[in-house]
Amino acid sequence: MASGPAETASSRSVDLALSARALSCERDGRSLFEGLEFELAPGTALQIEGANGAGKSTLIRTLIGTASDFSGEILWQGKPFPAALPALRASLLYIGHNAGVRRGLTPLENLAWYGASGAAAMAALDAVGLYGFEDVLCQQLSAGQNRRVALARLYLPEAPALWILDEPLAALDVAGVASLEAQMNLHMQGGGCVLLTSHQPVAIAPLAKVNLADFQPCRDASAEWAYAG
Amino acid sequence: MKIEAATASVRVAGFYTLFRTELTLAVRRRSDIFNPLLFFVTVLAMMPLGIGPEPEMLARMAAGLIWVMALLATLLSQESLFRGDYEDGSLEQLALQPQPLYFPVLAKALVHWLVTGLPLALLSPLLGMMLNLGEAGYWPLFVSLALGTASLSLIGAVGAALTVALRRPGLLLALIIMPLYVPVLIFGTGTVQAALDGYSYGPQMAILGAILAAAAALAPLAAAGAIRISLEN
Repeated sequence: MASGPAETASSRSVDLALSARALSCERDGRSLFEGLEFELAPGTALQIEGANGAGKSTLIRTLIGTASDFSGEILWQGKPFPAALPALRASLLYIGHNAGVRRGLTPLENLAWYGASGAAAMAALDAVGLYGFEDVLCQQLSAGQNRRVALARLYLPEAPALWILDEPLAALDVAGVASLEAQMNLHMQGGGCVLLTSHQPVAIAPLAKVNLADFQPCRDASAEWAYAG
Repeated sequence: MKIEAATASVRVAGFYTLFRTELTLAVRRRSDIFNPLLFFVTVLAMMPLGIGPEPEMLARMAAGLIWVMALLATLLSQESLFRGDYEDGSLEQLALQPQPLYFPVLAKALVHWLVTGLPLALLSPLLGMMLNLGEAGYWPLFVSLALGTASLSLIGAVGAALTVALRRPGLLLALIIMPLYVPVLIFGTGTVQAALDGYSYGPQMAILGAILAAAAALAPLAAAGAIRISLEN
């Protein structure tokens, strides 16, 4: 089965980590976007833009496989969903709108829960400016500090290759934003790739942008249909 | 072979981490541990006031009362099993892990049993004494509660997973779960009753063990499926 052509295809597809073709998503029976196309290669970043409710979070949930109501094709390293989903998840670091920080644990315990060793976790917490807060319960930290606990996962040495981040810059101060941008650039230089949503400009390169407003379903058609009836 | 052994050991280590984390969280939220226990003890202490202090009547009802209260105490503490994790997004993170969701659910149910079911079982002989339960019933009551509440924790996890995405599940959880609790209740009280009547209670106990084995194998799978459905919305 793993003959010559297949191997060349897979080795060629290494320069294409995640891609979508003619992707359409629905939520609660409402079509959010249609015909979405993007490609995300290793060492690059992609910013998903769109107004509130345009479907950014739904797109992200579709890409990580927690929402399965889509048509079209999503490919991870040349293999289509859903067969490629386990492989994608094995190299995925996802930080969603709810950051996944357990409020009853300390920052250090939170990182240990994500499988970080003690020394690596301390270094990561230091990098996000939480030195001295490692043993405070997260429920006593501010929203921005909790966000930093979640983002500290990006500073761990064994961080996976694909980062999917939903609004990573939210609730961060200026210094935090700069540090995060530097870390994302570092990650991309190491061959990783980043897919993020943000309402702010992000200073990372190379950065491609996809605006969901360009893939809005055609509203006129439904209106005409309604008039015809 | 070597790789399989390595993944198995990673899974064991992973399960230990999950279990330890859940236990730490449970110990930090002490009210969650003590409230069901307090409820259990308080209501049982009220029973003689409500139905009269005749020793014979209490003795006849003791096993059933204790078992029903154990059911309610478990149910009360079950609703919050996945709620916090759902709200802060860590349930989503668990669902994204390459290893099956079976293990986190099992760890949670195990910790839930350790902090509610087991203390309840340990207290039960004392409450049996208070309700004038025959001495022959103490040991069967303890063992049947220890086995039975473990099944209740596991079965309840399915209901908690199904209702986690609802903002206010209210009675829905009870309506889903209560019918599934019935076999445990029947064989739990059956164990004690058989012992009190002087019969062998081995068969009832064996069935409780069988229910626990089935629940440990199947309930986390069902709960994992329910969590995946809840996360889709």
